[in-house]
Amino acid sequence: MASPSDLAVSEMDFDALPERSWVDKMKDTARKKPLGAVSACAVFVMILLAALANVITFYDPVQNAFDSMHVAPGAAHWFGTDQFGRDIFTRIVFGARTALFVGFSASILGSTAGLILGVGSAYFGGRFDLIFQRFMDIFISFPLIIMALSVVSIFGTGTQNVILAITIPLIPRCARVVRSSALAIREIPYVDAARALGFAHIRIIFRHMIPNVMAPYLIMLTAFLGQAILLEASLSYLGLGVQEPTPAWGLMLQGGAEEYAESAPWIPVFPGLAISAAVFAFNLFGDAVRDTLDPRLRSE
Amino acid sequence: MWNTRLKTLVVGAALLALAVWSFAPPAEAAPKKGGTLKFVVGSKIPSYDGHIESTFGMIHPIRPFYSLLIRVNPDNPASPTDFECKVCEGGIPQPTEGHTKYTFKIRGDITFHNGQKLTSADVKATYDKIISPPKGIESNRKAFFSMVKSVTAPDPKTLVFKLKYPTGAFVPALALPYNFIYSKADLDKHGYKWHQKNVNGTGAFRFVQHQPGAFVEGKRYEKYHHKGKPHLDGYRAISAPKMAIRLQAIRGDRAAIEFRGFPPKARDDLKKALGDKLTVQESDWNCNLMVTPNHKRKPFDDARVRRALTLAIDRWGGSKYLSRIAIVKTVGGVVFPKHPLAATKEELTKIAGYWPDINKSRAEAKRLLKEAGYPNGFEFTLHNRGVDQPYKVVGTWVIDQWRKIGLKVKQWVQPSGPFYATLRKKKNFDVSIDFNCQSVINPLVDVSKFISDDKAGNQYAQYQDRQLDKWFQEMNKEPDVKKQRAIMRKYEKRALDEMAHQFVTLWWYKINPHRSYVKGWKIAPSHYLNQHLDNVWIDQ
Repeated sequence: MASPSDLAVSEMDFDALPERSWVDKMKDTARKKPLGAVSACAVFVMILLAALANVITFYDPVQNAFDSMHVAPGAAHWFGTDQFGRDIFTRIVFGARTALFVGFSASILGSTAGLILGVGSAYFGGRFDLIFQRFMDIFISFPLIIMALSVVSIFGTGTQNVILAITIPLIPRCARVVRSSALAIREIPYVDAARALGFAHIRIIFRHMIPNVMAPYLIMLTAFLGQAILLEASLSYLGLGVQEPTPAWGLMLQGGAEEYAESAPWIPVFPGLAISAAVFAFNLFGDAVRDTLDPRLRSE
Repeated sequence: MWNTRLKTLVVGAALLALAVWSFAPPAEAAPKKGGTLKFVVGSKIPSYDGHIESTFGMIHPIRPFYSLLIRVNPDNPASPTDFECKVCEGGIPQPTEGHTKYTFKIRGDITFHNGQKLTSADVKATYDKIISPPKGIESNRKAFFSMVKSVTAPDPKTLVFKLKYPTGAFVPALALPYNFIYSKADLDKHGYKWHQKNVNGTGAFRFVQHQPGAFVEGKRYEKYHHKGKPHLDGYRAISAPKMAIRLQAIRGDRAAIEFRGFPPKARDDLKKALGDKLTVQESDWNCNLMVTPNHKRKPFDDARVRRALTLAIDRWGGSKYLSRIAIVKTVGGVVFPKHPLAATKEELTKIAGYWPDINKSRAEAKRLLKEAGYPNGFEFTLHNRGVDQPYKVVGTWVIDQWRKIGLKVKQWVQPSGPFYATLRKKKNFDVSIDFNCQSVINPLVDVSKFISDDKAGNQYAQYQDRQLDKWFQEMNKEPDVKKQRAIMRKYEKRALDEMAHQFVTLWWYKINPHRSYVKGWKIAPSHYLNQHLDNVWIDQ
């Protein structure tokens, strides 16, 4: 027997409700996911800094200025200067470009390649899936950094090769997750129907399967962003990533950590903080996206 | 009367003696026996064979096991002419037959660590391996002995070198620290590659063990032929590729010294932390960092472009600032700056890239680029070695210097192995950082880096310049130092300026901070020299 309140709800005219603006929706999301909102803001600020680097900085990020070597943080140089007299704040802001460019490129490429391969593997199934997944197992068995180091040692250093080095180990990780979702999709009748209608495999994969695994894809993509930034910084720190004079956080840390940690601690500290903050923000953002898109976590 | 005068004289003499004694510098304390010297080494040991290796990673831990025919005087290692022959009777022989024959008398009381007696046949076999190795056997420094006509050992105590022509380059070449004396019996019995993995020398220390990646251990050789030496019971060469670890090892007294050298900031930090417990020795270094354009690639086949590259570099200004952050300091030409054959400052300032007015220099660089068809500059990649000091620091600096004349340069850094493979085999670089590091200061052969690539094994710019080859030969055959110097100036001007084949950036500067209890070791102008350790002792 329905209660009066149930009846009241069922009889409500939903069309008459005013449509909520996107600002309200964002406010609502921020209330539900405060950490996610803060991290989204941090990511937004980082993107803004990278985009407006030329406007918001006062110094050339690569030009040596030997008359101001090792200047401590102050009014003229907020984060101090490095051993070449370059302004560290400027280099950190420009370094955000490198981090974001490498991070976004590698995670988008890695996730997208993983998406296509994972869905393809699930769709074709059988022996192809079996063999393909064993290859994925081999790739996954190596830690990210080891795999990235191997790729860099084969192809060499430089921005493009660093992107490649980070992309390759991300592919199997995304492919594995996406495949598990795609396996369920494959069993849904509309895929059989599409097959029965004689659609090409490519069309079935791209039109009917991939759109239905976008949630895990987006979750993996955002989760990879932080990892990719950290990997780029790690490779640069090891001297295998982007090279001087390009501003890059890992490179700045490497250039200062060994020699100047004691006498000019601002040289390694600020790039280290930038790496930590960026990775933390992207990881929180990734978690928030996962919580929002994953139906199992959405019930709250 | 006489008595009073005598008393006055005696008292006066006593007072004078007291005054002389009190103002005289304190005498060096007598060496103490015993103790184990621990030092850190920042590079790996490719093999134990000095005849084929070139790295301090081998010299520092392995050199104490071997003797040389002659060596630089350990008490005066900065001198380019002060050598001693401890395996000889009567020191270094005077040349005869118009400076083309050197007859060494080998001592009869020297034994290898396996008990076998050293004779002139062992030294001859050693130099045969170095100068004319059998086919398929490497020898890195055979070019240093191109003047040698023959090596003979007419009896067990006599060794004779005959030269094709008289040259001042011969004796310094003999003193190269890589010329380990091997046993002829070992070479005959085990072959020419045995010493790559085995040790049997006549040095101050016997080989105990090598734990790859960890340490090499040596123990005092009781029958060492220098009486009263070595002072140490033994040593341990600890492998530590990261500079931070080497620094902390000295700071925490896990090691007493590192023989290659630290940058200025590290020296300052250590000194601040350890005070009097740390002694710092500094020296000019017979090493320079070079820029090597690939002549086989456009536009570096054009001398105007190469001249523009060298003209853009402010060496005088760079020296002032880079010497605060890197192990480079001295501005110099092709010859070690302190050597009599080196260019004076006045002579240097006439060479492109050394002009005192950098603005004039860069204006000329821009004019040359415009004339060569690059009014707006161009882009290229600087190939560099993945070692911070001084390669990456200087690489970053020269890139900034080139920006000032409109060149856009990216840096391509490779670890040491691939770096050398690129220089020597692949040769797929635009412009590379290169270096010319030598041990004994011997400019007549040290400048062979600039002769044609079919004559010099270590010239990677890939050019041939027969004029330079001719002058190089003339210099080496010229007995008169003044004439040698005149030819050297022409050679230098052509190599660095007129043709700008390759060019020197700055000469290195060696800084060795070490625990003050390490005594007896004197810094040399090379990290390869003075590493026999027989005169080192620990004051504890």
